[in-house]
Amino acid sequence: MARRVVVRGARTFLAHAPGLVRYGSKPARDLARHEDLWPALAARLRPFAAAAAYPPHRVFLGALHPDDLARIPRPWFGVERAPAGAPDDARGPHGYLVPEEALYGLMKADDEFDLLWLTESFAAQARARLSLHPLAEPADVERVGQGKPERAIAARLGEPGALPLFLRDGRLVGCMQRAHEEDPSLAADVLLENLATKTTAGMALRTLVADGLAEPATVEYVLNAGEEAVGDRYQRGGGNLGKAVAERAGCLDASGADVKAFCCGPVAALVVAGALVAAGVFDRVAVVAGASLAKLGMKYHGHLATGHPVIEDVLAGIAALVTRDDGRSPVLRLDAVGRHPVAAAGSQQAILEALAVKPLEGLGLRLGDVDKFATELHNPEATEPAGSGDVPRLNYRMLAALAAGRKEIARDEIEAWVAARGMPGFAPTQGHIASAVPFLAHAVDGLVARRLRRVMLLAKGSLFLGRMTQMSDGLSLLLEANEG
Amino acid sequence: MDLRGRQVIAIGERDGVPGPALARCAELAGAEVILQMTHCFV
Amino acid sequence: MVLLGTPNPESSRLVALTLTEGDPTWAGPLAGVRLELPVFHITEESIKAQVPPEVYEAQVGLAEAVLDTRAIRETLEDVRARAGAGAKEETA
Repeated sequence: MARRVVVRGARTFLAHAPGLVRYGSKPARDLARHEDLWPALAARLRPFAAAAAYPPHRVFLGALHPDDLARIPRPWFGVERAPAGAPDDARGPHGYLVPEEALYGLMKADDEFDLLWLTESFAAQARARLSLHPLAEPADVERVGQGKPERAIAARLGEPGALPLFLRDGRLVGCMQRAHEEDPSLAADVLLENLATKTTAGMALRTLVADGLAEPATVEYVLNAGEEAVGDRYQRGGGNLGKAVAERAGCLDASGADVKAFCCGPVAALVVAGALVAAGVFDRVAVVAGASLAKLGMKYHGHLATGHPVIEDVLAGIAALVTRDDGRSPVLRLDAVGRHPVAAAGSQQAILEALAVKPLEGLGLRLGDVDKFATELHNPEATEPAGSGDVPRLNYRMLAALAAGRKEIARDEIEAWVAARGMPGFAPTQGHIASAVPFLAHAVDGLVARRLRRVMLLAKGSLFLGRMTQMSDGLSLLLEANEG
Repeated sequence: MDLRGRQVIAIGERDGVPGPALARCAELAGAEVILQMTHCFV
Repeated sequence: MVLLGTPNPESSRLVALTLTEGDPTWAGPLAGVRLELPVFHITEESIKAQVPPEVYEAQVGLAEAVLDTRAIRETLEDVRARAGAGAKEETA
């Protein structure tokens, strides 16, 4: 008999990164063609206070519930609020938002190969910022170092292969260097992406530790579920960023591995973590997912055209701990994992029946027995100006239409069903970060407090993007309040 | 637009109608699917 | 011809314009390239009618139930009308 498994807790992390927006894939490609585009884009980069006040970010960090967001009229970016407390960081119940000065400092502290160089003057500023942050240890501040002379950085930038690093205001603060002259997997832009992923995943895990939800010395395995490819020319995407994150979070007894499945990677990692604990292989497995730097500014074109600020200006991370039953935390129902098999059709009907209906039927439950579905939770304010629509709403309406087709509800009850069992999108469009798991910390809160009885995480993965198959994929997971 | 015997490019979307679903419909309507793809805009 | 499965009028317009008049955002390789391909959406009646009903229901039914099919159809009719003779004749 397999052991019962729970999700002990989940935490999130955001880093405001307006200076890095230029290195998002879309802005970088456009700027390479039209350098004169930059002033218009730069003018729409938000200051930190606006990012901290932005309601979707506050939901991501637990300061607001998704249901609260549904009551805040759009545009959400118009909500101004003086940041409470220290201006250097903003904290919600589930995690921190740090400014870009702290982000660069944290990335430098995570840089094991001295590839990220900061100027001497900025290194001092980054150390000062970090020393104020509750999660930063003195060792982190020390690892930022003294920086490099500006002429040394200028010299590196004069050679091929280094990327200049800027703040939102355009100030040069350092550079990211390549690690090999002939290896595209170790080019400066790739390493910058991977380092940002490591830092954001690590900070989410460190928040979980700081909040007493994980004891680093007792974590045995760290599964990284992000999509970034860490490796070199002979093993592009070789992986195990999980162990690199474990090292920096002080999980000294842990090893790790990466679980990759495009956007449904985090849900897949939760299933694998649950299985490892249920089988008795390990007692405590952390699941982490870091940022997708490539997606910064992905829809900036639409934002500029419609008077929005550049909404995609944050890097995000998520961490959760899966353990043996503690009699209190939400139960991960490993007997109700929904998967989209190869033989199933690629239609929405087939995907949602496989992911939502079938696993519930196995437990004798209906769609209506789930209090909240967490599916694709991309912030519509990021996607709509670019013509990509409200992705969460579309997915919730399809789930509701499925419930109507199964005679669980009447056709005219679809909107009410969506409002009750869905939620507005609030997650940064950071790929795997936006798929189901942004609700995880809220789900744990609600299930522990018994405001919720069941939550389904339902994520889709766009396998076809890698050109190895035409298929998509998906995975679902049911969480239940622990009846002790 | 008669699909019979026509060459079709099927462009689906992950959160709409995916490429394979379009291709299946087009083929059963008598078309030849010469290219199918699925977009994902998030 | 091109068959779309786009989920809203905006994305339908973007893809359809790209394949008729050229990329309206002038961002990709099809900027300024007039392919003038006739573009239809799977939910348009003239297309749907040619698919066996049970297959259509299984492959498209759920998406169709929640998409604004009228706005998508009107958008594509507009794009086809703008696209010139090559595409327009086929829409009759």
